[in-house]
Amino acid sequence: MMSFISYLISGINLGSVYAIIALGYTMVYGIAKMLNFAHGDVIMVGAFVILTAITKAGLAPWMSVLLAIVICTLMGITIEAIAYRPLRKAASPLAVLITAIGVSYLLQNLALLLFGADAKSFVTIINVPNVSLFGGQLTIKGITIVTIIVSAIIMTVLTLFVKRTKPGRAMQAVSEDKDAAQLMGVNVNTTISLTFAIGSGLAAIAGLLLCSAYPTLTPYTGSMPGIKAFVAAVFGGIGSIPGAMVGGILLGIIEIFGRAYISTQIADAICFAVLIIVLLVKPTGLFGKNVQEKV
Amino acid sequence: MNKNERKIFKNNMLTYLMVIAFFVIVQTMSSTGHLSNLLNALLVPICVYTVATLSLNLVVGFSGELSLGHAGFMCVGAYASALFSNIAQNVPLVPRFIIAILIGAAVAAVFGFLIGIPVLRLRGDYLAIVTLAFGEIIKNLINILYVGVDENGLHVATTSNGYKLAAGGKQIMKGALGISGTSALYKPIKSWFFLIGIILVLITLFIIQNLVYSRTGRAIMAARDNRIAAESVGINVLKYKLTAFVVSAALAGVAGVLYSHNLSMLKVSTFDYNLSILILVYVVLGGIGNLRGSIIATVILYALPELLRGFSNYRMLIYAVVLIAMMLFNWAPAARNWRSRMLEKIRPGKERKEAA
Repeated sequence: MMSFISYLISGINLGSVYAIIALGYTMVYGIAKMLNFAHGDVIMVGAFVILTAITKAGLAPWMSVLLAIVICTLMGITIEAIAYRPLRKAASPLAVLITAIGVSYLLQNLALLLFGADAKSFVTIINVPNVSLFGGQLTIKGITIVTIIVSAIIMTVLTLFVKRTKPGRAMQAVSEDKDAAQLMGVNVNTTISLTFAIGSGLAAIAGLLLCSAYPTLTPYTGSMPGIKAFVAAVFGGIGSIPGAMVGGILLGIIEIFGRAYISTQIADAICFAVLIIVLLVKPTGLFGKNVQEKV
Repeated sequence: MNKNERKIFKNNMLTYLMVIAFFVIVQTMSSTGHLSNLLNALLVPICVYTVATLSLNLVVGFSGELSLGHAGFMCVGAYASALFSNIAQNVPLVPRFIIAILIGAAVAAVFGFLIGIPVLRLRGDYLAIVTLAFGEIIKNLINILYVGVDENGLHVATTSNGYKLAAGGKQIMKGALGISGTSALYKPIKSWFFLIGIILVLITLFIIQNLVYSRTGRAIMAARDNRIAAESVGINVLKYKLTAFVVSAALAGVAGVLYSHNLSMLKVSTFDYNLSILILVYVVLGGIGNLRGSIIATVILYALPELLRGFSNYRMLIYAVVLIAMMLFNWAPAARNWRSRMLEKIRPGKERKEAA
């Protein structure tokens, strides 16, 4: 029973990280209608910035995290402006997908050149003591508690932002209908930039949390969690913010349980199989809108 | 033959001729020693990727569905055929290779059918993610598969010590270590592999071109252009999409066969989603639905990173930048307008039709 609870908690930990990454995916998809394949690599960049700022430049941990968020945010805006915006009205939606793949290669290989291919061990930034429950039968790691709290805060703030603030409503409007939003005086370009900025900033935080829980860092660290988060976003219904949260956490739990109770080697296969089953039952994900096609 | 048919015929013939010309030129250069060892080693892989790209173009270009799991079908074809080649060592060389190709295609087709039934009910990006998921599942499952053979027959297990082989038995598939030594079995015909690869490319082209310009092909494209309209004139959309998907999977399986028989080590980690994406990049850059473009893009883009080897660490970086720049130049509406303006300047007076 105790092991079950501890697996559940580490599942929620991993799932919270997936959820934060998935939020970036889902917001960008909701607004720009594109799959940003480079999103996972922004996580890796964020983690490398934190690591370099602490070990090479000797910055304080909080400053280096802030720096990572700023750099990732600026990078997200730049990538969107240079690589994605010119293709927004392209004849095929595949064009921007392939460009995103190109950006992903670019980030990975830049990191490869700058930091080398060997795995770096990530520094410990979050020093929170472990919590012992039930007379030592159940230990929860400090980082797990921090991750869960941080992601809960992010989700609440983000939901409030999108629902209550003006830029947030502009986002909703643009995702509903770009042209109509423009006619109502919404600046579509700024709104899309803002979405990329938020998504990339979140990716930096996800990088910190991911590498704190699994402290090895290579130029390819972001790619698998990126794909998993993408799965999580689809799982919850891509474009839906609560969907990304629920999808991320469920996926994390499924993955940890699969690893613990079935087989470590096919845990990924189990995640993907669950996704397929969900999509077959609900073809637009758990919280996805089912748009009826009309002639 | 009416005018339209003649045009299609000419177009198809041009593609075949291009492939044959490529073969003749490269083969002459190779046998007169004008190709470096590095380039010589690229020839068969180029055929592998060309077949794979053509097969994916059938799904992406003509059926209009985004598949991100094509490496999975290559993987299935590669493993099934390599397994056969290792087991049936008493079959003479040439028939064994032909049977291996057929087995690779057949097994991949079966997987294509089984995966296609649920997948093709989904739309757009959901379909893409599910194909990606299937590709990863196939990779994961093969990764834990162990197959051995001895006098009692085949043994299959999911752990390395799941079965005991009798004396003289041989372990063929070793989980993550894959299958080794397949290419050594075909040593006498190894030097013919480039020719075989080219023939497979031609066969693939033949199959796809004939499918596309047939009644079935027109139904497939009608379903792509407007699903509802196609359904309303009595086209069974699911059936035609499934046809395209299965044929495409079988051809990708053939690419896998060539791949596995050209290598001494077959590892499942090769067939990850990066490979699927790589093939998709070739399809999109070559032109969605353009078979000749697929071939040209594969040859250039596959050779590019290898030719950039002189730049050592920078080569993949350059590749990424070239990829992004090419996409922007080819697809951005602003770049397209600029290009057509430039063309008008060069050739004034000539009415230019907007390229589709």
